[in-house]
Amino acid sequence: MRRREFILVPARALSGLVLSSLLGEFVPAVAKDTVKIPLRFFTAAEAKIVQAACERIFPSDENGPGATEAGVVIYIDRQLAGPYGRDKYRYTKGPWMESVPEHGYQGKENPQQIYRAGIGLLGSDFARVPGEQQDLRLEKIQGTHFFLLMRAHTIEGMFCDPLHGGNIGMIGWKMIGFPGPRMSYRYEIDKYHGKAFSPTPKSLEQILRHPVKAVEDEEA
Amino acid sequence: MKRLKPTDVVVIGSGWSGLVMAKEVTRRTALQVIVLERGPARNISQYADGMDEINTRRVGLLQNPAHQTITHRHSVKDRAAPIRQYGAFTPGTGTGGTSEHWGGIADRYLPDFFSLSSHLREKFGPSRMSPDWTIQDWGITYDEFENDYWRAEQLMGISGKAGNLRGQLQEGGNIFEGPRQHEYPTPPLTPTYTMGFFHKAATQLGYHPFPLPAANLSQAYTNPDNVSRPGCVFCGYCPTHGCMIGAKAQPTNTIMPVLSSRNNFLLRNNCWVRKIVHRHGKAEGVMYMDESGEETFQPAEVVVLSAWTPNSIRLLLLSDIGEKYDPVTAKGTLGKNLTHQVTSGASGMLVFKERLNLFMGSGAVGYGVADLDGDIKQEMPEKILRGGAFLRGAATGEGPAGSFGRIPKTAAPRSWGAAWKKAAIEHWDRIGPGVEMRGDHFAYRQNFMDLDPTYTDKWGDPLLRMTLDWTDYEMRQMAFGARVATQILETIAQVSGATVVKVERPAAFHHYNAAQYSTTHIQGGAIMGASPEQSVVNPWLQHWQMPNLFVVGSSSFPQNSSANPTLTIVAVSHRAADGLIDRYLKKPGPLA
Repeated sequence: MRRREFILVPARALSGLVLSSLLGEFVPAVAKDTVKIPLRFFTAAEAKIVQAACERIFPSDENGPGATEAGVVIYIDRQLAGPYGRDKYRYTKGPWMESVPEHGYQGKENPQQIYRAGIGLLGSDFARVPGEQQDLRLEKIQGTHFFLLMRAHTIEGMFCDPLHGGNIGMIGWKMIGFPGPRMSYRYEIDKYHGKAFSPTPKSLEQILRHPVKAVEDEEA
Repeated sequence: MKRLKPTDVVVIGSGWSGLVMAKEVTRRTALQVIVLERGPARNISQYADGMDEINTRRVGLLQNPAHQTITHRHSVKDRAAPIRQYGAFTPGTGTGGTSEHWGGIADRYLPDFFSLSSHLREKFGPSRMSPDWTIQDWGITYDEFENDYWRAEQLMGISGKAGNLRGQLQEGGNIFEGPRQHEYPTPPLTPTYTMGFFHKAATQLGYHPFPLPAANLSQAYTNPDNVSRPGCVFCGYCPTHGCMIGAKAQPTNTIMPVLSSRNNFLLRNNCWVRKIVHRHGKAEGVMYMDESGEETFQPAEVVVLSAWTPNSIRLLLLSDIGEKYDPVTAKGTLGKNLTHQVTSGASGMLVFKERLNLFMGSGAVGYGVADLDGDIKQEMPEKILRGGAFLRGAATGEGPAGSFGRIPKTAAPRSWGAAWKKAAIEHWDRIGPGVEMRGDHFAYRQNFMDLDPTYTDKWGDPLLRMTLDWTDYEMRQMAFGARVATQILETIAQVSGATVVKVERPAAFHHYNAAQYSTTHIQGGAIMGASPEQSVVNPWLQHWQMPNLFVVGSSSFPQNSSANPTLTIVAVSHRAADGLIDRYLKKPGPLA
């Protein structure tokens, strides 16, 4: 079994409920304003690099929180460790060959491998160099499959249901005014014409009042 | 191989077709029906747990491409590649099949569509027909079929407004539809905010907008089988999701409640059928892998094949039933007339100032415009014989993980970073629903299905290979669709105060794109017709060469319509059930 690796996440957005869902069986080690989250796929060093890259894609600024606070790297780590990361939802029989763009991604590498190789492109010092340099490195690879995947995962990690590890404390939903899943808009559908319906969001587990299984937690 | 006790009827696949057949046979006869479904059982509480964007994005209710996919090539000169992750279409698995996560638009086909070949020849003359078209008449007429449509509409409780009631045009309905004998079972869904703009714009352009017929109930409804379902609550989890309250008609909430109490019905989940076993022109049963992976033979007197269209065709090919189509000699029928609905849309993005609440929605809410559907009344610059259906003005339910970041290209210098984030927050929930066109797809000599020589599924059986590309004609259809849809979009902007930002179409538009979602409406391959030389099944969907095999579903449609297929699939399944029960069982043998 691999050595336990952790990533530090700012604790500001975390409530007790969020913590227990993020940490599973692990006892939280809260040091001041950060929380140690156990990693499933990344090493601690890799997680820091991905976290830094996602933060440049979706930065924390005057317009709202960013990827680090939302726990995007936790979301990505879980997706990669689960069946999706190991290509359990993709046809992976050979022969492998290049094809026309109309056939979509034909590469042999699964998301885990794409990230491992992509992190290499970013450089082992990526998390430590200044933001402008990080942007320059990202610009160089912004057309790659890895970057497009990481960008899509960053958006997912910002706005997914918190049961997937991202959008901690529904920080992303609060930022844009998304109510989360709701059982009904029967009484709102013809009343909120031209004005936002933005109540305090609730997560899926909150509205259903029972645990919901995340697809990345499944064996497949 | 495990050999089971014989049954009367075995059904392959538990979508609309398979379960309509099972329901009718078990209701009208004492025969034992066994339905084999490849995927797991489904239930409503699962669907509540599914109100989540990520779980559905990964595999959700879909057939897992890791186990089996389809290969595609644009022409016989190309090498086919496997579609490794879903793109253009998203077939479902589990009880109810694709019909669990469908949107719910339930429109009828135009009357002339059933005799398209003779109709076009007569109206436009042979000189306007492409020599590559292999379009055909169905062997039945709309009038013969009208009551089957009505049965399907009652089963699902379709919400809508008639536009042609026994020949009398009805204001507010689709006045271009074929005559119907009955008003819809339930009234239209509540219009959403943005729909008002679509309606105003379409009317201003001289069109006749009507509420899209929806299988998502506008109010509580009890169908003729005494199955009750509630009205839609606009939760916004319709397409790619199953309904957590049963408002959207799905086989699990519409047919399973009736079947589960019948003792001559049995559903076996997690059973993967690999072959229809036959001898001397008679089907003897099916061979499948059961839940534990054991090879199993289920003998049956009658076999109903009703999988998702490409899977039904593949099973016929794997079972060596019928004569394979050869595109060079144009001989053979199995696999021919592969079609995929032609879609297009406005080349623009509507940017609203106000928030739209697009996370509220329903799978089939919206308006349609049929003024340019079917034969076009006046000559169009695109020189096409038939136009298309225009639709929408409403959202089906947009979650932020999927919709965040949709901004005009000019709004940020690149698609990430602080400036992009700012623009994306400002635009989220303010990009209005687009305007889409759905057009007929004519069948072509060169578009067909066969078995792939290279790639195999998880059992080692060859994958299905699609050979399919657009021609200049479909390009012109799409250009027509883009032109009209853009005009509607620009008018929506005028009446709503939104702005239109131009969006360029991607280059892949010029070839069939298996990587980008359009619809799951793939049809043909085992088409119906009036003669065994030109079709695989007769107008009762009975196999011409194998009288105790019925191939039911949109595999039987000779060409693809501008209207969505589900209602017609349900209707044609009722017709096949009549053929089996009222005719075949009384006198086993060919029905035509």
